[in-house]
Amino acid sequence: MMHWIILPVVLPALLAPLIAFVMRYDIVLARTASMVGSIGLLVISIVLINFAAGGETFVYRLGDWPAPFGIVLVLDRLSALMVFLTSLLAVIVLIHAIATGWDARGRHFHALFQFQLMGICGAFLTGDVFNMFVFFEVLLIASYGLMIHSGGRQRIQAGLQYVVMNLAGSTLFLFALGTLYASTGTLNIADLAVRIPELPEGEAALVRIAVMLLLIVFAVKAALFPVQFWLPNTYANAPAPVAALFAIMTKVGAYAILRVHTISFGPGIDATQDIAGMLLFPAALITIAIGAFGVLGARRLMSLISFSVVGSMGTLLLAVSSFSQTATSAALYYLVHSTFAAASLFLIADLVVLRRASDSLTPKSPTVQNGLYAALFFAAAIAMAGMPPLSGFLGKLLVLDALRDPDIIGWTWSAILIGSLLTIVGFARAGSILFWKSTATEPQETDPNPPHPATALEVAPTMATISLLALLAVFAGPASGYLEATSAQLFDRDGYVSAVLSAEGGE
Amino acid sequence: MEIIVASSVGVLTAGGVYLILRLRTFPVILGLALLSYAVNVFLFASGRLAINLSPILSKYGDATYTDPLPQALVLTAIVISFGMTAVLVMIALGAFLEAEDDRIDLDLVGEDDINGEDAGK
Repeated sequence: MMHWIILPVVLPALLAPLIAFVMRYDIVLARTASMVGSIGLLVISIVLINFAAGGETFVYRLGDWPAPFGIVLVLDRLSALMVFLTSLLAVIVLIHAIATGWDARGRHFHALFQFQLMGICGAFLTGDVFNMFVFFEVLLIASYGLMIHSGGRQRIQAGLQYVVMNLAGSTLFLFALGTLYASTGTLNIADLAVRIPELPEGEAALVRIAVMLLLIVFAVKAALFPVQFWLPNTYANAPAPVAALFAIMTKVGAYAILRVHTISFGPGIDATQDIAGMLLFPAALITIAIGAFGVLGARRLMSLISFSVVGSMGTLLLAVSSFSQTATSAALYYLVHSTFAAASLFLIADLVVLRRASDSLTPKSPTVQNGLYAALFFAAAIAMAGMPPLSGFLGKLLVLDALRDPDIIGWTWSAILIGSLLTIVGFARAGSILFWKSTATEPQETDPNPPHPATALEVAPTMATISLLALLAVFAGPASGYLEATSAQLFDRDGYVSAVLSAEGGE
Repeated sequence: MEIIVASSVGVLTAGGVYLILRLRTFPVILGLALLSYAVNVFLFASGRLAINLSPILSKYGDATYTDPLPQALVLTAIVISFGMTAVLVMIALGAFLEAEDDRIDLDLVGEDDINGEDAGK
């Protein structure tokens, strides 16, 4: 039974080279294989969620080596949830990419897509920080390819920046890991939790440096101030379906912060417990502000959405930064919500931009199906800005409720509420320029090749993400029940450590 | 020994950081390569420096050995950074050929083009 845990890594890892080598000239075959693989991944992740829902922490020992010596994969409620989120998003994005023909505009889209999924799932499942580095590199190298998919000058230049930024980040990651290994002698997440409290007083300083370096690396991935600047250019210039898939990539950073700063360096470990909260709190506040002002000032639709992603990461990490159980379950609810909200915005933006032939926020004569796109954009923007009835409202409400400690309430509430207001204004402005003002402009001389209206299949993925957000709002009770259990399990360090380090071999 | 390793990591890192702050792609690539050398040496030293020792426990019960794990880590890091540098060179070449310019910063020409086009209409 326990071999289920490695399947989310093995399935895409086997499928991707097969697609790259065998099906490279046959787009239909590649599409079918990629789709079947992604649906298979979704099925696997549902099975994993069922295993994890019981509350047990499952450990998969690669090569059956006992834990601190060999690499382990760990399945608990949090990693099962993240893998499920990834695979669900992947299926939706893949349908969109196939329906709109994005995947045929360059080579190897499907192979890179599967490698990307392998990296993301691996990063969520691993129980070892060095192994996490390796999976980060797998997902990054696939994302470089996806980012510059279909080419174009602007996109390749933005892609180059993205690659340079992340290579520098990877170097920093290795420095952090080296320092951590030099001072503790282990890189296993559970073993770190055991070793760090045992360190002599003098060694703690070195560990603190390693932890801070590690936090910076994860902050780069999570687009947190002051290392958020790569995100708007990258997401705004990536192909839209890829940007929608990247919605889960920022969450990899947030997940990594949550994981290591609860289990390895978390509350109760004197040497390192104060670092993350102390640094994350102001950084998250500023990130919210940057996101809000960016949304307000954006001149392009894609960069508007990218800045709203930055703002949502700020809100998410603000909730994470207090490292309490209630705040973490609120953060997880907001994480699920913001993933699909960002994805739905990027997908609808793709449909609109394709037909307007430009993503600048200037009035142009209305394109086909103006009303449909306006409605979809309205729904997605409501979700992202956090207004009722969709899940964004509940998510922000949960976060606000968790952050009403009198010491911080002034900062947190004003940041989130003012940030939301500015985001609403920014989206309202964009929506009215794109969809309302355009109806007032004089129709230009008729285009010889008018853009074709979107087929049902092209709109379906966007509709699906928005209905997922609605479902998340309707079933908020059961969902937050699961998330509270998730966060309780995350803060149960002893349970995690004893499950990973227990001497008994594989099943 | 320590001073040589430590200063080589320091010098490589300083050079690498200086180069990745340059404006053109070629120095940036060189800078990232220098940084990856620095990190490889650093990782190698993270298991403590030991000279003339094998990375396995001796069967005669002689307890001195050099830590094998950093060697495995460094091998992984070398392979990854090598691959990444190759990808970076290809993307940089692509960007140079597209834009006929190897500046690393994103020119806002593209954005202005879009807006200028709209203003013209």
